[in-house]
This record gives sequence, C-alpha cells and structure tokens, in this order.
Amino acid sequence: MLKQRPFLIEALTAAGLIAAPFLLPLIGFAPNTANRILVWGLFGLGFDILFGFTGLLSFGQSAFYGTGGFVAAYLLTQAGFPNVVLALIIGMIAAAAVGYLVGLIALRRTGIYFAMITVAIAEVFFFVEFNPLADWTGGENGLPGVPTPSFNLGFTTIHFTSGWSLYPFLAFCYFVGIVVALRIVRSPVGAVFRAIRDNPLRATAVGHNIHGYKLTAFVIAAAYAGFAGGLLGVLQAFMPPDAFTFDTSGQLVMQTAIGGRATLFGPLVGAAVWLSLQDFLQATLGLGAAWKLVLGIVFVLLVCFLRNGIIGGIATLYDVATGKRSASLSKEALPATSEPAREEPVAEARPAPQPDTPPLHLEDRNPAEPILQAKGLTKRYGGLVANSDIDFTVNRGELRGIIGPNGAGKSTFFKMLTCEVPPSSGTILFEGRDITGMTVTDVCQLGLTKSYQVNQLFAGLTVRENLTIAALSALRGKFRLDLFRTIQNIPGLPERVEQTLDLVNLTSRPDTPVSELAYGEKRRLEIGLALATSPSLLLLDEPLAGMSPRERVETVKLLKSISQGRTMIIIDHDMDALFELAERVTVLQEGRVLVEGTPQEIKNNTTVQEAYLGGVHGVLAA
Amino acid sequence: MINWPNFVSQLFNGLALGALLALISSGLTIIYGTLGVLNLAHGAMFMLGGYAGYVAFGYTHSFIIAVIAGSLFVMVVGIVMERVIIRHFYQRPHEDQLLVTFGLGICFVEIVRLLFGSQSQMVPPPSMLQGITSLGFMFYPTYRLAVVGIVAVALSVLFIVLYRTRLGMIVRAGIEDSVMVDSLGINVFRVFMIVFGIGAMAAGFAGIINAPVVSLTPGVGDDILVETFVVVVIGGVGSFPGAILGGLIAGEIISITSMFNPSYAYVMLFAAMTLVLVLRPHGLLGTQGRE
Repeated sequence: MLKQRPFLIEALTAAGLIAAPFLLPLIGFAPNTANRILVWGLFGLGFDILFGFTGLLSFGQSAFYGTGGFVAAYLLTQAGFPNVVLALIIGMIAAAAVGYLVGLIALRRTGIYFAMITVAIAEVFFFVEFNPLADWTGGENGLPGVPTPSFNLGFTTIHFTSGWSLYPFLAFCYFVGIVVALRIVRSPVGAVFRAIRDNPLRATAVGHNIHGYKLTAFVIAAAYAGFAGGLLGVLQAFMPPDAFTFDTSGQLVMQTAIGGRATLFGPLVGAAVWLSLQDFLQATLGLGAAWKLVLGIVFVLLVCFLRNGIIGGIATLYDVATGKRSASLSKEALPATSEPAREEPVAEARPAPQPDTPPLHLEDRNPAEPILQAKGLTKRYGGLVANSDIDFTVNRGELRGIIGPNGAGKSTFFKMLTCEVPPSSGTILFEGRDITGMTVTDVCQLGLTKSYQVNQLFAGLTVRENLTIAALSALRGKFRLDLFRTIQNIPGLPERVEQTLDLVNLTSRPDTPVSELAYGEKRRLEIGLALATSPSLLLLDEPLAGMSPRERVETVKLLKSISQGRTMIIIDHDMDALFELAERVTVLQEGRVLVEGTPQEIKNNTTVQEAYLGGVHGVLAA
Repeated sequence: MINWPNFVSQLFNGLALGALLALISSGLTIIYGTLGVLNLAHGAMFMLGGYAGYVAFGYTHSFIIAVIAGSLFVMVVGIVMERVIIRHFYQRPHEDQLLVTFGLGICFVEIVRLLFGSQSQMVPPPSMLQGITSLGFMFYPTYRLAVVGIVAVALSVLFIVLYRTRLGMIVRAGIEDSVMVDSLGINVFRVFMIVFGIGAMAAGFAGIINAPVVSLTPGVGDDILVETFVVVVIGGVGSFPGAILGGLIAGEIISITSMFNPSYAYVMLFAAMTLVLVLRPHGLLGTQGRE
C-alpha cells in the first residue's frame, strides 16, 4: 500500500487536509473535533511505527505524551518562553530523551513483559507528575494559559487561535509528521523494523542489532508523543494532567487497532471514529456514560474479526473487488498457522544460474589458511553432554557434509559455530579470528551465517522484502540510523537481491507474500536469506528436510550452483544427496566426531555402518 | 509520625496488601503460565468479584455468602470468557491477546459503571471481625489481620490444588509444555478452561475480601492490575512461588514508603522492578526462556 508512485500518498494527504475544513462542517464536524483528531493522529504516527511496524505493543505512551506536553507548557506559561514552536520542539526532544532512558529498561524484555513494564512505567510518571513534581506541573490543576502560535511575517502577523483558525497549524504539523513517518517507514531502518516484528530471531541472525533498532523505534514513538502532547496544550489552551493517565495510553492503543495497525493513517482514522462516535452516542443518542461501553464492544469485535482494523478491512475489500485476492477474509481473521501442503510446480529445465561473482572475502585472504577451526568444542546441558571435545577444520572453498544419527549433536554443533549458543568449553576460529563468545549478529557481520532446520522467514513480507532485509545487513552493517534514506538508493542492493533471487530460483515470484509460497519455495528462500548476507562461510542445517523427491533433486542442483566460489557446511539426513555434494564428510555420533573422510571412505567405513545400523553386522557375525 | 508502633502497623498493612497482591498475581501467573495469555482484564475480575459480593451481601447480609457468591460469579465469568473469546486467540500473536483482553476489561468496567454508577460502595466486614485487636504493644484493625489469615488459607488451597492434585499436575505440566500434554491424551482445552476459571476466581476472591478495606469503585481494578504486573515482573512470570514472594515485597515497599511519603510509593515500587530487571531479567524466581 505504501509504495508505487512517489509522493502520491503525501499529495493525497495534503489534499485531504486542505479539503477537510470545507467538507467536514457539511457532515456536522465541529472544528474542535477535527483538531483533536489531528493531535491523536500525530500521537499515533509514532505509536504505529512502534506497534504496527516494529511489533512492540506499549501501553505506556502517555508517559511521553505528558512529558512533552508539560515541558512545552511549562516553558510557555511559567518560564516566559516566547516561541510556541520552539517550545514544542524542546518538549519533543525532552520526551525523546525520556523515551531513550525508559526504552533502555523496558526493552530488556519482549512480548508481554514489555507491555507490563510500559504500563508500570507510565503509572509512575502519572504519580510523579501529580506529587513530587506538582510545583512545576500544577499537580491536579494542570497548567492553564498555554498560548497559541503566531508568526510574524514582517508585513503581517498570522495568529492561530482556536477552532478552524488553529486547524491550519495542526494540519501542517500533521503533514510534516506523516512525511517524516513515510520516509522512516520506507528507509532501510523501516525495513528492519518490519523484520523485527515478523521474526526477531532471524533479524538478529542475518546480522542486525535489533536492540538498537527497537530502541530507535521507541525513541521515535516518544518524540511523536512528546510533540503531540505539546499540541494538546496549545489546542486546549491548558495542559491537562490527565494526559498522563493510563486511559490516554489505552485510548491510543484502541484507536490504532480500530483504524488499522501498520498503516500510519490508522490512528487518525481510529481517532476520527472514536471521537465522532463519542459525540454521536453522547449527544445524539443521549447514551451518557454508556458511550465507552459501546466503543469497548466495537473494539473487541474489531480485534476478533477484523484484525487489521478499518483500513485493513477496506484494503482487503479492495483487493477482493479488483480480483487481486480471492476472498481471503477468513485467512485475514486467523493468520495461517498450518502450511498449505500443495506441491509447487517445478520449473522445467531451468537454465543453470551463472556462478555469481564469488564473495570478496575470498581472494584477499591466504587461501591456505583454514576458514574455520574449532578446537575442543564441548556443550553440556546440565548433565547431558550434547557435544564433547570436537575438533573440526574446514578449508576455504571446501564443501563439507556432516551426517550423524538423530541426537548426535549436529544442530547444537551448528548453533555453537554461529554463536547462537555459547560453548561450555573450546574455541572457534573463523578466518583466523577467535569468535568464541561473540554474538550471532557480529558473527554474521563477519561473514558466517546459517540457514535454519525449521524455516525462519519474515512471514508477513514478500520474497523480495525478505531478501532485502538480509542484504541490508551486509551493505549497511549491524546498526545504522539512515532514517531518511530511500531503500532503493542503497548502492548494490537491487543487484544483490536480484542475484540472490536468481540463485535460489525465485525470480518468478519476487512479490509474493511468504505466506503464499509452497513449502519447497519457502525452503529455498530460507537458504536465500542466508545467502543474501553474502557469507564467506555458509552453514546449511538440513536444507532438504521435508522435501518431496522431486524438490530434493532440484535443491541438490541448486546447492551445487551455490557452492561455486563459496565455502559451505551442510548437515543432512539424505546421504545420497550429501555424498553427491560434499567433498569431505564428517560423521558425528553421540556428540563426538566418529570419523572424517571422503564420501567413498565414509560409505565403506564399518564404524559408520555400525553407528547407523546399530551394529547389525556384528550381531549377524556372532 | 515515624515511631515503633506506627512502623509495625505499616508492616502489617504491607503484609495484608502483599498477601492480596500475591493472590491476585498467582491468578494472573497461572493463567499466563498455562495458557500463554496475559489477561489484561484481570483487574476487572478483581473489581467484578467485589461488586458481585456487594450484591450478594445486599440480599443476604452474610459476608460468607458474599465471598462465595463473588468468587463463583467471577469464576463463571472467566469460564465463559475463555470459551467464547479467549479460546480463539491461542493461535494469534501476543499483541492480539493483549488487545482483546484489554478491550474486555474496559467493557466489564463500563458495564459495572452503568449498573452501579461511579460512586463508591462499601461492604462492611463481618461482625465478628469488626473493631480493633490489641497486639499487646499496639492496636490494629481486626479485619486487616483477618485478611492476612484468609488470604494465607486461600493461597494454601491454591497451592494444594496446584501441587497435590491430578489437575494441578496437568496444569504444571501444561506450563512446561502444553503441546506435549495434549499429545498425552489429556484434553488441554478443558484444562485451559478450568485454569482460566480458577485464575479469575483468585482475583474475584481477592476483590470481595478487599471490599471492606478499600471502598468499591468501577476503577478499583485498574491500579491493582498495575501493581500485579510489577509483582509478576519481580517474581517471574509463570512462577507461583514468585508471585507470592513478589506480592509480599511489593506490599511492603508500598506501605513502608507510604509511611514516609505516600506519593513516592509507586516510584519506589518501580525502582525495585527496575533493579530486578537489571540484575535478574527473568524475575527473582522466574526461569529463563519463558517469554
């Protein structure tokens, strides 16, 4: 929704904001309602980046709304600060700074912990505002007398006062807010935000420092909240203490969910629905206090049946109407948990992909030096020894296979090599550097990554977006705040994505959402994610698992072409495939290296046969 | 001011509040531990318990009947809520679960506001527990002492149910791995329903027990919910002993700080939570890896 023609959305927003004062009175909108909707909408822009795009549901946004509002109001009413806009900006910066500190604490945990901590923090702010800081904030009286902005243009002074006269100022603020938010959402940082929402584990594994990005989203949301809080004071000519209440945070969450998350306009639409329903139910129907119950029920029903809110519902209807999507409303309501089991059409006689230019790391290193060396690698879980004293060396350019019966410790071994789990003892050298104890993100940045045994994709995104996220980490490093850069303008990115699409044979479906891919395609995308980070050493954990025989043949071909100019280690149970692919094979059993050799040597090795066949020969011989 | 009897009486206040928080938090934490759903309507359950008891008391003038009616009513509400709505959210993301329970909580509060108005209601303590008791060196309200005893009994019952019965064993197994329990041929859905009912009942029971101490308003559950979250974060999510330990710590922090300056009670509570998050991110008695 948020792509295609450049500046289309910006232009439409501007047109809508300009038209509103002429159209809204016709349907009985009071100017003050329109102004309040704009303030809520601006507040919600930041929250939508945090919740809708990054997947962090905070129930504590009132803390920043109040902080920004009170800082601005204090400057204007108590400190005799003359410039309204400057005061608003200082309020915003104060809220962002507070957001940074709060984020450091709240982001120590994720999911429901995060939600609970934000609730608690917001409640503390409320109490602090009311009591210890009452001398500055006016306690339960708030701060009255917040001035409205005026601009001296030399020949005339424009003064924004209230009602429709204040509207242009608020509309302009909202417009700037939406332009900035759109830039952020379309930037590489925005792409990483979505990756974190969809699969934080994989976002980490492809080399993004997700803690930094989460903190960024948190601070952005706090800054928007702070600015909107300041506008609330300007709008009401009074900074009300209830900006700090839990109800404020709750209303924001509900409005965003009603309007539609991850749409940026959701909070605005939600606020419009909320405030006009409130007016309608209270004034027209005379329901009095029951309006909130009606809104509560509407909200629960929306969450149950229309997960993506009003905008999401309209988008689905539009897609159905234009035939883009076959009535998939039910799927919208219940995100697919089971994989569709359909067989994908295997591309006929696919031309072998050009062996792409080998990763740069390859030439500028001493080729004789082994790329990976593990010494005495051991992993204990309590009394259980998963890996014991493994020595393992892989040379540059090699394709190594690892086999072993179930429970031999293969996956644990891979997890240690990619630093997903720390070894109990032993060291890992990658390209001569000791990587023991590093994070999975740093190791990926160095050029070592793996594809997972169970698909770890960004399920809500398209194939191209998936690969883009992985490629971004290789091109931008693990953390970078290029918030206003357009993602297409990153040199080398489109080429790398196209190249990876080609390598994993997904060129025909780049814009398909992952949820609509067949299993085999998902499996190839899984490998593509690892490839797009341009690793110099690629680990593949059971790339053939769960594939039909036909898909296996295709994938083996694919793996062969990938291995050109790369160093790879593959775990699989499909021995025929592995013996065909690998130059050398390591056999693990009960957490130890049983034997290592060429496929031919392994096939003929009696201990290996015994490990797999449980010593049948021995029994027969006896 | 701050003197010895005052301090001890605040310690007792903290114990009473802490015991209540422990009970409410255990309800929240066994629901989360078993079903994986954080019930943001848990504060509303506390409030509903109080009001249901208030209504029952109005008809019968018996505190015992009020307690029983209040708890049972909330249990039924919990079971209906689980069957009709929560059940459809097990497969959906955490955010959706939070949103729907948050919305339900608001609906409950607003229904009560519609029926009873916003003004506060009072349930008197039972006649035999009225007045004050002499502890030798000081006097203390009898009912508050009784609250500690009543909640201790309730927690013991909960403990016995959780740790000494077949249902409890299934619940604890479900906390570890609900898929495995399901594949062992135990109807997890029925267990989920019962657990939700018991968890809600714990809050409802606390709600009616608390009604003679703090007057009832429709919003009485909101503050309790926030305190419960802090308790759970301090104690560790999904841990029954953690909920009790966290409850007692939170109760004492709130009352002892209130002795010096009530407005700093939440600040201190929050400081304690931050300290725990920094030193032991999984809570004092929480286990790693349960998010």
